[in-house]
This record gives sequence, C-alpha cells and structure tokens, in this order.
Amino acid sequence: MAMSDESPTPAAAAVAPLTPVLTRRWASPRSWTIGTYEQLDGYTALKSVLGGPSPANPDQLIELMKNSGLRGRGGAGFPTGLKWSFLPQGDGKPHYLVVNADEGEPGTCKDIPLMMADPHSLIEGCIITSYAIRAPFCAIYVRGEAIHALRRLTVAVNEAKAKGYLGKNILGSGFDLEIVVHAGAGAYICGEETALLDSLEGRRGQPRLKPPFPAVAGLYACPTVVNNVETICSVPPIVLGGAEWYRSLGTEKSPGPKIYSLSGHVTRPGQYEAPMGTTLRQLIEMAGGMQGGIPLKFFTPGGSSTPIFTPEHLDVPLSFDDVAAAGSMLGTTALMCFNETVSVPWAVWKWLEFYKHESCGKCTPCREGTGWLVQILRRVVTGEGTMADLDTLADAASNIAGRSFCALGDAAATPILSSFKYFRSDFEDLVTGRTAPVVSTHDLVGAH
Amino acid sequence: MTSTLPAATSPAPQDPPGLVVPEGHVKLTIDGVELTAPKGELLIRSAERIGTAIPRFCDHPLLEPVGACRQCLVEVEMGGRPMPKPQAACTQTVADGMVVRTQLTSPVAEKAQRSNLEFLLLNHPLDCPVCDKGGECPLQNQVMANGSGHSRMVDTKRTFTKPLAISTQILLDRERCVLCQRCTRFSDQIAGDRFIDLLERGSSQQIGIATDQPFQSYFSGNTIQICPVGALTSAAYRFRSRPFDLVSTPGVCEHCAGGCAIRVDWRRGEVTRRMAADDPQVNEEWNCDKGRFAFTYVGLDDRLTKPLVRNADGVLAEASWTEAMSAAAAGLATARDSAGVGVLTGGRLTVTDAYAYAKFARLALRTNDIDFRTRAGSAEEDTFLARHVVGNTPETGGVTYTDLEQAKTILLVGLEPEEEAGILFLRLRKSWRQHGSRIYSVGAVKTRGLTKLGGILVPAVPGAEPGVVAGLADSPVGEGLRAAHAVLLVGERAAEVPGLLTAAAQLAESTGARIAWVPRRAGDRGAVEAGALGSLLPGGRPVDGPAARAEVEKSWGASVPDRPGRNTGEILAAAAAGELAGLVVAGVSIEDLPDPTAAAKALAGVGFLVSLEIRRSAVTDLADVVFPVAASVEKDGAYRNWEGRDRPYDATITGKGTLADARVLDTLGVEMDVDLYTQTVKAATADLQRLGAFTGPRPTLAEVPDRPTRPAVEEPRGFLLATWRMNLDGGSLQDGEPYLAGTARAEVARISAVAAAALDLTDGSSVTVSTARGALTLPVEISPVADEVVWLPGRVAGASLASTIGAGHGDRVHLAAATTKGGS
Repeated sequence: MAMSDESPTPAAAAVAPLTPVLTRRWASPRSWTIGTYEQLDGYTALKSVLGGPSPANPDQLIELMKNSGLRGRGGAGFPTGLKWSFLPQGDGKPHYLVVNADEGEPGTCKDIPLMMADPHSLIEGCIITSYAIRAPFCAIYVRGEAIHALRRLTVAVNEAKAKGYLGKNILGSGFDLEIVVHAGAGAYICGEETALLDSLEGRRGQPRLKPPFPAVAGLYACPTVVNNVETICSVPPIVLGGAEWYRSLGTEKSPGPKIYSLSGHVTRPGQYEAPMGTTLRQLIEMAGGMQGGIPLKFFTPGGSSTPIFTPEHLDVPLSFDDVAAAGSMLGTTALMCFNETVSVPWAVWKWLEFYKHESCGKCTPCREGTGWLVQILRRVVTGEGTMADLDTLADAASNIAGRSFCALGDAAATPILSSFKYFRSDFEDLVTGRTAPVVSTHDLVGAH
Repeated sequence: MTSTLPAATSPAPQDPPGLVVPEGHVKLTIDGVELTAPKGELLIRSAERIGTAIPRFCDHPLLEPVGACRQCLVEVEMGGRPMPKPQAACTQTVADGMVVRTQLTSPVAEKAQRSNLEFLLLNHPLDCPVCDKGGECPLQNQVMANGSGHSRMVDTKRTFTKPLAISTQILLDRERCVLCQRCTRFSDQIAGDRFIDLLERGSSQQIGIATDQPFQSYFSGNTIQICPVGALTSAAYRFRSRPFDLVSTPGVCEHCAGGCAIRVDWRRGEVTRRMAADDPQVNEEWNCDKGRFAFTYVGLDDRLTKPLVRNADGVLAEASWTEAMSAAAAGLATARDSAGVGVLTGGRLTVTDAYAYAKFARLALRTNDIDFRTRAGSAEEDTFLARHVVGNTPETGGVTYTDLEQAKTILLVGLEPEEEAGILFLRLRKSWRQHGSRIYSVGAVKTRGLTKLGGILVPAVPGAEPGVVAGLADSPVGEGLRAAHAVLLVGERAAEVPGLLTAAAQLAESTGARIAWVPRRAGDRGAVEAGALGSLLPGGRPVDGPAARAEVEKSWGASVPDRPGRNTGEILAAAAAGELAGLVVAGVSIEDLPDPTAAAKALAGVGFLVSLEIRRSAVTDLADVVFPVAASVEKDGAYRNWEGRDRPYDATITGKGTLADARVLDTLGVEMDVDLYTQTVKAATADLQRLGAFTGPRPTLAEVPDRPTRPAVEEPRGFLLATWRMNLDGGSLQDGEPYLAGTARAEVARISAVAAAALDLTDGSSVTVSTARGALTLPVEISPVADEVVWLPGRVAGASLASTIGAGHGDRVHLAAATTKGGS
C-alpha cells in the first residue's frame, strides 16, 4: 500500500515512535489530581489565554485551531477550527459547548481512560474552547456506564472551581463558565450528536433532523459546538505548542497525535498514542506482536462501524484520508485485531446483536432491518442457514446502508457488507456444513 | 410578478416558453419535468404538484417533518453532483437547479422504496381481513401497488398484546404500528396533549402512555384518522364495518359553533362513524372527539317518531300528524288570543329552522317573545349582538379562523376555547406555535388549555371582569390590541357578567382591535341572524326600528308586532305568572336554563305547551302537543358558525320520514292561516335571502346595562364561583357513547392552596360546595386561582350547577371539607 506522496510522515520511520501528548501524564502518580496536573504544565495554556493583562482574542483561538489542522477525534474527522467558526457571533443567543463523552463504539477505549487518567486536561480544553466560542455553559455528556469516569470528572470540576479556573471571572478575565458533568443512560445512539443533545435536554435520545445543524440550533435550539473528548483534550497542547508544532506530527491532512485503541489478539492490548498515519503493522509491533504468534485474520480500523480490513491493509497509514482511500473509515481508531482462530460470521453476528440492541427505533430500515439480520445470522452461525439467507443478508444490509435516518443504520450494515467482501466463503462454509456451527442453538436461548 | 414585461412584446411567441421563476421561488427538475417551487418547499409537495405521488407514511402536511419512515426516498442531484445517499423527499427542501429522480425514473429510489416496504412488513401481522383499516389503509394500498407478493421473512414475527386501550376510546395495536409518529406528533404539535409517546427502543419501540395517565385528549380521534395503518382504532367503531361497505356523505358538525366539515360514513340508514373532513379555512383536517364520536344520540330508545297529543285523560298519546297539527294550531291560537305565546328555540337549530321559528312567532303567534338562548341573556347582550355580531361574515370583513392564525395579539374574554370551541382552540394554538401570536385571557383560572396556547392570564375574579377589561386599554395588552392584526374574542359567557360585553366592545372600539363573538352552540349564531331573538328581526333588523320593521313587513306581506320581545328568563317568568298562555319550545333542556326549578314550574303551569323535539325530554313530558323532528343528520340545512360563515349541508340519512322544524312549522302555520314559505330549506333560504342584511344604523352601546336574569342566591359570604361548561360533560347530544364519555376530564373543584389550607383541604380531598339551594361534593384540585375563587365545571355528575346548587358564574357559594358521608 503506497504512502501518501505529499506527506512524508513520521510513521515512515523504521521504529514507530510513541508520541505522548494526550497521554503524557497518564503514568504520573495520582495523575488525575489538580496538583499533579499543575506540576505537569496543567492550566498553563489556560493562563496564557485568560491570565494575561488582556485575555486572548477568541477569534485568534479559532484561527489557531484552523491552522493546527486538528480534526475531530469522534470518528468523522471534521476540522475542529472550522466547526467552531460556524457558530454565528453576535446573534444574541447563548452559545454552548457540549463534549461528547458517550464513548460506546465497540472496540473504542480512549476517552474513558483519558478522563480517568487526566480529567483536568479535558476541563482545561473545555474552558479554552468555551472561551473561543463564547459559551458560558459547557456540558460533558458521559456514557452512563462509565460511572468511574463520571465521578473522577466531577471531582476534577470541583477542584478546578475551587482554584478559580471555573465559575465567575476566570483568572480575572471577566469570562464566566459553568461545566456540568451529565450522565447518559447508556444508549449507543446518544453518541450521535443530535441524539445526545435531545438526551441532554431530557428528551428521548433519537437523532434530530438536520438541518438545522447544532452550530445553528443545538442545545436548547442555541448555537452549539459538539466535540469529542480527545478533540477537546488536544486544545491545551495546541495552545501551548502552536499550530506548527502540531502539524509536525501526523500527516498533512490528518495532523497531530492520536490515541490508538488496540484490542483483541495482540500481546499487549491498550492505548498507544502515536502520530496520525501510523500503520497497524507498527502498532502491533509496539504491542508486542500478535498473541502467541497466531497470524492476523481481520481487523477494524476504527471500531465495529468501519468496514473491516485484512492483513493486506496492515501498511495502510491510519489517517482519515488514507483509510478512506483504502475503503474504510478511520473512525475512532479502535483497532480490534482478530487472529485466524476467529470465525468471521461469529464476529459479525455478535456485532449485529449489538446494533439490534442499540438501534433507537426511529427509522424503519435500522429498526426492522437489524432485527431481521440478527434472526438470519443466528441461523447461519448455528448451521441452520441457507444460501438464500446469505443473499438476503447481503441484500437487506444494502437496503439499510444509506437508507436510514442516521449513520447507525449504515454502521449496522457495514459488518455484513465488508465481511461479505472478503470472507463470504466463511459464511458459505457454515451453510454447507464445511465448517461446524460456531454456536449451538442451545447457546442462543435468551440471546439478545 | 417580479417585474413588468417590456411594453413592446416580440411578435413571435417565446420559444421554448421557459419557466418564469417568481420571486422567492427556485427552479428544479423532477423526473425530467421542470418546475418552480417556493423556497423551503419539501420535495414531496413539489412532486405532488406535478402529479407524482411519492409514497409516504410519516409525512403529513400539517405536521412538522420527521423523516422517520424512510418510505419516500428519492435520488437527488445538486449542482450536477448526485447526493451520495437517496434523500427523504419529506424532509429535503427544494433548491435551485436540483435534479430529482423519484421511483418513476430512478431504479435506486424504486428499490429503496420497495425494500422499505419489505422492512415494514417484516413484523406486520396479516390482520388485514379483520382490521378496521383494511380497505382504506395506506400501508395496504402501498403493498398492493408496489410491494412484493412474496415475503423473505421466515423467522418469528414480533408480537404484542393487543389491543391496548390507551383511553376508553382509543385502542392501540402495537403489532400493526409502523412507528411513523403521526399520532405522537399530532398530540404534541397540534393538540398539545402529549399523553402518548414512543417507549422503549429499537425493535421494541412502541407507542404508549404513562402508567397513570391515559390518552385524555379532546382531539384523540384525529390520531385514528391519520394513522396510516390500523394501529389506532376506536372502541366505538372497532369491528363494526368495512370501509368499502359504507357510504360517505359530507356534513357539518352540530356540536358547537366551530362549523367543522365532517364526513359521515353510514349504511342501512345508520351512521357508523364520523371523520374530520378537509376544510382548510375552517377545521383544516381536524375535529374534536365530540364531533367525531357523539352521534349515537339520534338512535336511542327515547327517540320520538310520532306526534304526541295530550288526550282528554291528560295522557300524552301517539296521534296522527293531522290530529296533532289541528290540536296544536287550536291550542296556540287560543293561547295567543288570550295572554299570548312565547317561543324558546334552544340554539341548536339550523339557520332555516331558526328562521321558521322567528317567522312563526311574528306571524302566527303575533309576538316578538322569542329567544334562542337557554342561558342568561340581557338587553346589554342584545345590543352587543346587534352592534358587533349580526351580519358580520367572512365576506363582510368579519374575523375568520385565518385571521386568528395571522393575528399578533388575541384577547379572550369569557371564553375557554379548549372546552367551548375545540377547533378554534386548535387554530389558536397554531397561531401561537407557528406565527408567534400573543394570546391573553381574562378570567379567574389559568387553565391547561390556556397554557397550551402559550397564553397569559389577565386575572379577574368573577364579576370583576368588566373593570379589568376596561383597564386593559392602558396596558401592554391594550398596546398589542392597538397594533395591527389584533382580535378580541368574546365568548357567550360574557353575557353572564353585567357590563362585560360593553367593556369588551368599548375596548375593541378604543383600540381598533377587531371583535368576534363565539357562542357555544351550532345554532346560536344562525338564530341571531334569523331573528330568533326578541329584539332582532331577520337580518339584524331592530324590532323597535320602524324602517327596519317595514322592510320585513314588506317582504313577508304581513304586519310584524312592534313591541320588543322578552328574553328567555322573562318569557319563563311571564309564563309562570300567567302573563303568557302558551309556549312553543324546541330543543331546550330544562336544566340548561339559569333557573331550572322555576323553568320546570313555568312549563308545567303554562296553559298550552307545544314541544318540537327529537327525543323525549322533561319538556316533552309536560307538553300538550309534541312534534317529532329530524335530527341534524336527517335534514338539509346550514349552520352559521362563529365567523358568520354559512356551513350548508345535505341530509345524510334520508327516508326515515322525519321532518325538519321548519317544515313542521310551515304546516302548523298553514293550519293557523299563515304562510311561512319554509317548507323546504331552499324555499326558506330564498325567503331569508330576499330580506337581505340590514343596512340601517346599528344601536349604540348602553353605558349602564341591566342585570342578567339569574335568581339571586342568598349567600352573603363565601367563595366566588367561576364556571363554564366542559367539552365533554354528559350533555344530551353525547348520550349513548360511553367510550367517549370515558375521556371526559375529571370533575374537580379548583381552589387556591391558601384557600385549601384555610379549609383544611388537600389536593384530592373532598369538598362540599353549597348554597341555600343545594350542595354537591367533589374532589379538590389545588390550582393557581385567587384565594376567594372556586372553579367548578358547568355540570357535575351529569347535572348542571343551576339545577344542583342554583348558582352560576359570579355567585357566592360556601365551601367546607366534606364530611365522611358526603354532601347533602
């Protein structure tokens, strides 16, 4: 797989570098406390913005973000500075910052560790961002199951408040900000930003019609920026290091470092922060190779919602554009690695069970389609499927993809469509009996 | 539209004609057809205008788009670039240069729509043969037209318990539901009654209600009508017929002054159901549950079919029409020639029927003693009606529903729209939600209905309203009324408070706001126009105006009495005192009258009583001659709604042999040597139209009005009573419909928290409301009302307050915690 010609990336080096920017404090003792944070440059970015004799110009901060090339870390990779600049200024309405901490994409494990190890970096990022977009109120929407992160974040907010980093007249700048840490109720759909906003407003979490986009009518129908945790955590380092430094990491179109979540059959699964454009081959190397030396069979580049890759994609630079060019999506850089012992139909079935369980129900293709796909897949993995079932699976999945209200429907169809692309024969073998059923019907009793 | 064409047009016609794009419009192409569309229009509507129906379930033109069902996917190309995914035509707005390919020209759109139908049918039960919706079901139609005859679904279908009663009237079948959210969006957006919502998620998602709160909306029936499948059905209609076995006839609702267009579905001479018909100027596509479900009263066992005459033994016995006619004519002539005869018409008549009574009273009975009101009336109201109401129609610049929708400021006086004029309430809510109108209401209680209008209460304890209204001129409300697009809506209840109508009229005149009168009954406004009033002859001609009277006399070719007639209270009092020897009564419930006891006594004591009724009643029981008359559904006619809009309709059920009031009176007139020319609606209408509207001067408002007719209640201290009739309250036209009755609001007494504490009452505990005349007990609901005010529904346990405690709006009543045995 060819590298992007225009951008010689650090990943091209023979030994992949770890570039701890977002993760640099993770190993420090009691890294989550404000004391440790302040000892390790914490809140210096904020002080440089608000602490001087005259606070920084918010528009310059937005410009800084644009220049840094930071792209949203929630999966879509939308340019962050551009998103901030969409907010209409002087419209007389309050502005809001909403942090999407509803990390729920299967395989993704970066925001919760980030909030656990370094909650203040998120808070500092929130303050600077809120100042830049002129928001007096910021809500951090934390996935309901992550109570540990929620508690740590709440304590951190209180610490920051006690130190005068939050509240009225922050650092004498005249800027006021309240941060509310809000617990979701554990719905995957609430990671979709408009569903998140509805949920935050106390409504049923289902995606909204767009337009209007959140930048125009978001939280309480006011201009709102919704950003991912990792995105906001990237803000203080950019303020401190500058756009040029940030662009020195990663690829030209996907600058900066990225937390890659490695899971599955690697020797040392975990979070690896490396420049954008690092390849899975390099990451597996950092993680000590494949577990037990069993070769890789397939992997997701960015969580279960992204089309799967095979070993032929080991050298695809993991940046937004390179992954897209190779036919998948960078997503949340959740690299689920499956070795050759894993049945693809089994993995697909498990994923589909997830999507069926998490479909919000709003639109027909996703609500009805996911349930149907699961019913068929259950028969396939128990060896009771037919060849016609496989055609139906492929056709039904293509009838969901691109037809649903939000991207969740696309995501649900993806495992089937992409696995059929590379591994249809694995499904056929289950149907013909060439391979034994991977699950017994007995195991499916009560499955959901 | 945008610019004038050059004066010198080229001799050769423009070729090709080219589409002129008006200001605010865009040009687009749908299936190769070029068209213009107003900016912001949804694709699905643009396509409709060129005759292309894009299939849809969730889309409804009167509801906000949701894009949930995904049935209307089409291919869209913008600026030469195809959008990567098919777009929902119900949410995608038009844009200049857009190229759209619907199912007719795009295989992608066609497959998307076909596969979506497959998804919808995966878990849909094969209920069609027993489903109420079968035969008129959008899903069924879609599948028959575009669906596959074969299902690929071989697994287990999702099942639910069914049906689920979400109110006594509405039944929910979750298996059939396609989750289009039309019902929830209607309830939320249109009615403001968010009692139903989505529950659960994914394939378990379903419509439902909260455990302790049924779907208690006055407009719930609309959800059945807009449900694109058979998920919502009515308990009353369930399993009663198939749509293709029914005849649908357009009609007009007889329940209130709203004038809703309805569709009456019937077979074998019986109405099986009623629906809201589409009339954008009046009811749009909605109606209230009373208008939809309350029609069974026509066929109850107490229906009168033959004339009754009181025989020599004093027993009311069936008689022939001839016998009854001569008995009635003789009795009335005798009574007329002794002390005179009065006429009470009740307010439920069509325009021509009311006209027949008006003419019959003047010519056959030679009196102006006629009144359509069963409630308090006053000279003040007569003047108000003559000055501000009669003759005002949409054609002559009267206030219309559309005006209300566009209004910036609306002041309600003596009117609770949700309870007293349901469809007006919906339009007011639309005005607030979509056009941001400010709605104020003068009254004692901030009701939920007012909250649903975004309304602001202008507090006024009962009796104090005239002063409060007069004081509004110099307030922000007055400011709003002085600006353009301001309307004052005055309910008929305003007549209960002396001086209120005058104060309202003066406020309108001083601010320049337009004013309209909203009565409660379908026939009220028509009765005013037709002259069923002591002070007004047909067309709004004052009885005491010689020129006006002369016009009528010329048209009728007979003389008209010149002494202004008495109102309902005075007529009854005169009858009781022997100052009237006879009464003709149509469609009056004794207990609706301000003093039922006295009224019953008067009716019992009067020398000769003729009753024209559809069902046996306390009045028919006392009558000397009873004529059975046709119910609304059995006759032609027209109602005049509160706008003054004529709402003509033809009979739905014919062949029952029932006669309209006007026809009966016409014959009775002949029997009394008077020609009314009201034998048919056509003749009566022509007769009335020949008179035309009065063009002479209108009366001026009196400064000091007299008191309305209500007996004084001897209760020196206590609470001030505020009250009005509820939409559903066991009225006689709601008889025979138990499912509907079950959705009535709970009967409660509303008092303030301070008053409750003083009386040692809590929310939900029982309070006894009493006067010297009687008492009743009902639960307390602590509400934001003034501390000296108690609000009661106009009827409690099926009986009017007038008949139980002899009190009305503004009277003093006594409150006490109910003893365990309850009130007297």
